[in-house]
Amino acid sequence: MSAKKFIVPSDTAHIKDLHVGDVVSLYGTVYTARDQAHKRIAAAIKSGEKLPFDLRGAAVYYCGPTPANGNIIGACGPTTSGRMDAYTPLLIENGLSVMIGKGVRNAEVISAIKKRGAVYLTAIGGAAALYQSKVRSSQLIAYPDLGCEAVYKLEIEDFPAVVGIV
Amino acid sequence: MRNIDTVTVKREVTSLIERCLIEPDRAVTEKLENLCDAPLASYAAKLIAENNRIAKEKKVFACQDTGQALIMVRLGDEAYCPGLRLALEEAVRAAYSPARKSVADPLTRLNTKDNTPPIIETEIVSGDGLEISFLAKGAGSENMAKLYMLKPADGEDGIISSIVDAVSSGGANACPPLVVGVGIGGVAETACMLSKRALLRPIGQSNARADAARLEKIALEKVNALGIGVAAFGGNNTALAVNIELAPTHIGMLPVAVNLQCHSLRHGTVKL
Repeated sequence: MSAKKFIVPSDTAHIKDLHVGDVVSLYGTVYTARDQAHKRIAAAIKSGEKLPFDLRGAAVYYCGPTPANGNIIGACGPTTSGRMDAYTPLLIENGLSVMIGKGVRNAEVISAIKKRGAVYLTAIGGAAALYQSKVRSSQLIAYPDLGCEAVYKLEIEDFPAVVGIV
Repeated sequence: MRNIDTVTVKREVTSLIERCLIEPDRAVTEKLENLCDAPLASYAAKLIAENNRIAKEKKVFACQDTGQALIMVRLGDEAYCPGLRLALEEAVRAAYSPARKSVADPLTRLNTKDNTPPIIETEIVSGDGLEISFLAKGAGSENMAKLYMLKPADGEDGIISSIVDAVSSGGANACPPLVVGVGIGGVAETACMLSKRALLRPIGQSNARADAARLEKIALEKVNALGIGVAAFGGNNTALAVNIELAPTHIGMLPVAVNLQCHSLRHGTVKL
């Protein structure tokens, strides 16, 4: 399969070039966030507090890696995206452009993605060792008390995914 | 009575878990390497096979979700193993020490911080043996488990439609290609336990009973006709196997439990 190079963060103009079923190779910066981080980010948006990263154009990776154990990062495959559905439309309204995870999304998320020109990319569930090999740097930036659910800023290269919703 | 030493239990089970977490069932990897399907599904299958190679070579976890350790014990009624419970907990704590901390209190969500307690299921069998099986199952697939309390009148058609319903509703989130474990009979928890036990069966092996094997074949065809496919990218390989296990049940009952296992099938058994 030939993959389209896709650089994140991204604006809606670049997302317009993507179509459902396209294989993409991701480069750039993504932020890990799963259940508990989403809960906190949504609460911070509602109360007007400072967010752990700039949501505008940002890419979020639904992932809770294993401990690094001396590597850049531990095994880091995608987790089930549907658990974040309750929070996702709010994040998209506040600028989130790219979501990477696995599995299906609900109607509200699909509608928010289409309305705001965002994109949902499906990564391969259970390919955690492969994705680990695509991470060039990792930095803990928020909620360290959440352990694997903390927010990490990752620099990625040639990270494979498939366009699921656009 | 045969006395079984817990030092041996701890050592063997620790090593079993360590091996399983970095190397999913080879039969799955081989099937994925040789899979011929729609372009996207074949692409995903190759990536998963590559993942499993990298995990084994670099000794890293094949999947970040190492599950809540499930340990299935078959203890002979002539075997004596004082301290077995503690030995199993210690084995899980040791083998999971480099893993993600994935176990939490159900109400407070406070993490236990060492991946204990494991889920320990015990079956008492005749003899003086001790057989310990391990299965690592992530939340993505375990969340898709279903229990159907059917009526006897629902019969084989009801069983097949329950299996298809479980895969149809949860298959895309459970990291396909799947192994579908089905427990039929007993009471509610018997069916659930059998659906888990069914996941331990080697890929490609059918139930020894011809009627159950026939249902496995019909169910596999129907599940693969759903078109969910590898990594939910479409195609004819939603499941690699449907494994049915049976137990006698009440004259007024037909419990059917369906447990979806992701492609990262991390399991093994030691006999002590």
